[in-house]
Amino acid sequence: MDIFSGESKMKVKVLVRNPDDYLRETKRDIHKLPRNYDPALHPLEAPREYTRAMNAVKLERVFALPFIGSLDGHRDGLTCLGKHPDHLSWLYSGACDGELKLWDVAKRKIVYTVQAHDGFIRAMAFSQETSSLYTVGDDKLIKQWKAQELDGSDLKAPINTIVTRSMLTGISHHRSKPVMATCGEACNLWEHSRAQPIKTFQWGVDSLQSIKFNQVEENVIAACGSDRSIILYDMRESAPLRKVVLKMRSNSLCWNPMEAFVFTVANEDYNLYTFDMRNFASPINVHKDHVSAVIDVDYSPTGKEFVSASYDKTIRIYNSRQAHSRDIYHTSRMQRLTCAAWSLDDRFVYSGSDEMNIRIWKARAAEKLGVVKPREKTALRVNAKLVEKFAHHPAIKRIHRHRHVPSHVYNSRNELRNSRIAARRKEFNVRTHTKRQLPIIPEKAKVIVSEQQ
Amino acid sequence: MISSKAGTDKLKNKLRSPSKQNLRQKFKSKKDEHLLPKFKNKKPASNQNTFKSQKVHDEHLLPKSASNKNTFESQKHRLSHGKKLDLKKKGNVVKHATKPIARSEILLPEEVGFLEAGKGESTADITQVEIKSSVDITSATKQFDLSLQFGPYAINYLRNGRKMLIGGRMGHVAAFDWVTKELTCEMNVMESVHDVAWLHNETLFAVAQKNWTYIYDNQGIEVHCIKKLNNVLKMEYLPYHFLLATTNDSGTLSWLDVSIGKMVQRTHTHLGRLDVLCQNPSNAVLCCGHSKGTVSMWTPNFVSPVIKMLCHRQPVRSVAIDQTGRYMATSSVDSTLKVWDLRTYNCLQSYKLASGASNLTFSQRGLLAVSLGNIVEVYKGICTETVREPYIKHFVGNSISGLKFCPYEDVLGVGHARGMCSMLVPGAGEPNFDALEANPFQTKSQRTEAEVKSLLEKIQPELITLDPFELGEVNRQAVLEKWEEKTKYMFVKPPKVDLKPRKNAKTVNKFRIKQRLQQERQKKHSMVASEIKQNLVQNTIAPRKPESKPSVLDRFKTKTTKK
Repeated sequence: MDIFSGESKMKVKVLVRNPDDYLRETKRDIHKLPRNYDPALHPLEAPREYTRAMNAVKLERVFALPFIGSLDGHRDGLTCLGKHPDHLSWLYSGACDGELKLWDVAKRKIVYTVQAHDGFIRAMAFSQETSSLYTVGDDKLIKQWKAQELDGSDLKAPINTIVTRSMLTGISHHRSKPVMATCGEACNLWEHSRAQPIKTFQWGVDSLQSIKFNQVEENVIAACGSDRSIILYDMRESAPLRKVVLKMRSNSLCWNPMEAFVFTVANEDYNLYTFDMRNFASPINVHKDHVSAVIDVDYSPTGKEFVSASYDKTIRIYNSRQAHSRDIYHTSRMQRLTCAAWSLDDRFVYSGSDEMNIRIWKARAAEKLGVVKPREKTALRVNAKLVEKFAHHPAIKRIHRHRHVPSHVYNSRNELRNSRIAARRKEFNVRTHTKRQLPIIPEKAKVIVSEQQ
Repeated sequence: MISSKAGTDKLKNKLRSPSKQNLRQKFKSKKDEHLLPKFKNKKPASNQNTFKSQKVHDEHLLPKSASNKNTFESQKHRLSHGKKLDLKKKGNVVKHATKPIARSEILLPEEVGFLEAGKGESTADITQVEIKSSVDITSATKQFDLSLQFGPYAINYLRNGRKMLIGGRMGHVAAFDWVTKELTCEMNVMESVHDVAWLHNETLFAVAQKNWTYIYDNQGIEVHCIKKLNNVLKMEYLPYHFLLATTNDSGTLSWLDVSIGKMVQRTHTHLGRLDVLCQNPSNAVLCCGHSKGTVSMWTPNFVSPVIKMLCHRQPVRSVAIDQTGRYMATSSVDSTLKVWDLRTYNCLQSYKLASGASNLTFSQRGLLAVSLGNIVEVYKGICTETVREPYIKHFVGNSISGLKFCPYEDVLGVGHARGMCSMLVPGAGEPNFDALEANPFQTKSQRTEAEVKSLLEKIQPELITLDPFELGEVNRQAVLEKWEEKTKYMFVKPPKVDLKPRKNAKTVNKFRIKQRLQQERQKKHSMVASEIKQNLVQNTIAPRKPESKPSVLDRFKTKTTKK
């Protein structure tokens, strides 16, 4: 209030606050919270944020309960998992006794079971209009099944069966054309209506284990061969494009659904390698951390992470550009893993194992499922960001990285670490004490033996 | 926040005292030469550098890529392409975060108070009565006098400026809402009371009584008697750490964690009776003034003072630090008042007062209140410029024992020998409070929620350092040390030790001797090994191409021949 008081013309204003401006009007209103971001009113920013980050990382570990449930029902070990592209809760699984089951994951129940093949079901793929599912088995048959809404029609009989001449180990479908590729003795391209392959790619005499169509660059196919190679094909060409030979055999591969030219292979030498299709001189990334052969790999639909299932009874989740895993999931009941899949809403990970169970896990272990209120969501996001900001501080890093790991993994890990250090030491010593010049090959590129056109 | 300073070195530069020349330059243009320090030949602040490079509880490690030593070419490839973009983004975010904050300032509801005198008059001549008559009723009620007979009074305001605690030397303790004059509790503890302090909210307060410290409830019920805090003279509460800091008759500084009741640290200062204490609100460091004219700063992490400054020639009577933690005002018995810059530890201003200032306190907006015997003087802008006369003056009439500004209000509380007086100082308080820090309009439910939140965010005492932003900086020393250790032992196997023990040597001793010898040889060998490794790497990874002079015929060379 400016008041001119008499002759002296003094101006005064004293701070006065009207309580009506600062208190809520009724009980049903929310409280009023005026903010002032002046840093003088917020001292000790750095220690306070550090404390908050510490609390956030501890709470993350408290709430890290990734296991959701298991799907029990198969009578033999799992071999492959198929995610229906249109229905999030439909999961197809193929077992070693030839059974194909459709699961409703939300209810954790079997929708139907079909005796698909006489031997193992090796792989499955969805057609381009997602209405049918193709499975290949040890009985050299490719069978086509209905994958639509359950409309009471007979789902137990295949729509179509193709008899092939050689063994089949993998199948993959083109994204938009009615073409699929199978691998076994050689890479064959099939069309829906034909009983004979439209094209055969052959390179060398060895067989292929796994084959995948690129979902972005739709005509490119990649396959893993048993001669430790990875072969690239273009559907439109007459001969395979390129072949890169690694030191050990790759079990499986997966294309990055977001980046057109990137794929990851799961290798027998306990690592995963991310390659750029255009440059096979060295992989983009080596992903370490497993202590036994990696069997299967699958990307998240965002393309930023992938899950790997390994012979050492654990599944690990990696960031697609980082060398070490961000998380490890294991249970004493889960034995040798055979397949892994990442659900198409980016929230769940499925793992199929030798002991006839499919397990459902959360993709982010500390995530809250269910309805999250907006304030809660903001608080969780703030916490996640704080952890990211302070991730390099040793105390916080230690808690963030801490995972309980089964003892066989723990011991193997230490052994492996020592053997790797010893190998490095040996190499260094050889290099210092030898007279000839040894070429220095970067660690990543060491895995590649040769590249062929 | 990432800077390349190594803590000790930079601070050493800062602590160098100003030369004679600098001082003269400062006062050259101004007419008040008499304000120059009397001891011209002596350096005004010979700062005893007892600051040690404080290693914070958690030393931070950089990813390898940012270490100084790693200059390999291949480092560039190691940074995966996603990371590089992230770093750039972060920098931009930090840069642009200031803009929306600056823009949101227009939303702040209140404005600062002011007092302007008419022509030819100065604000120092305006009395409290005049101010009181010129403002509205609610503000007028904020100016009041309490005449009590229980001895010189110490004052403490609650952090949100709502309630007030007064403690008289003869044992009178009262907590009340000073605006509505509503009494929360009042009692006489039947002992001498030296200081009173609110704890984290209005439910608890601490009273430093004759022998020990007592903690009372807001109803006046004694909750704790802390015998470890004995003969306490001054108390300060550190709000973000939940620490009650006290100074002792015998020169002991104690920090008590009031949330868990643990004594965090007790240091014997060996500097005599400590009756001058002040807290630096920006970094929670305690400041003590001593009878030798020195001011020392203490943290609970070190046994010796972190900073020791020689401020005056005579005993220091009072110390005050402003809210931003940049300026410190000290006064001594020889009637001098000095303003210091707390980053460079230089004396910015030096004044001669009418008498020795017994109490000093800063307001939220940088006003300094000085008590000289019976009179209170408030100075405006004393830190940034040389001030000639006070902003406001008030004759209290009794010797002043306590002086505190009320947070978020334009009010100064004065405790004196015959009670207390609350005076209006326009422009002293911060007009816009942040409700998540301190809310004067806090309801009970908000108070309980705030208590829980602040307990969760309680800062550990190990993190109290002189520079509060040190936690966000890179500890290059630790990274280098770690890298060095790695290179020492990583790649080369140390040579085996052939040991022929003495005949009578026991197996345990044999083993120990062997170990010791092995370690010694390891160390020697590692120096050689790391050198070899460095040379090897430099020569092979980045082979030096023979530099060929550019010639005219270069343009005829094809790509392959150029290589």
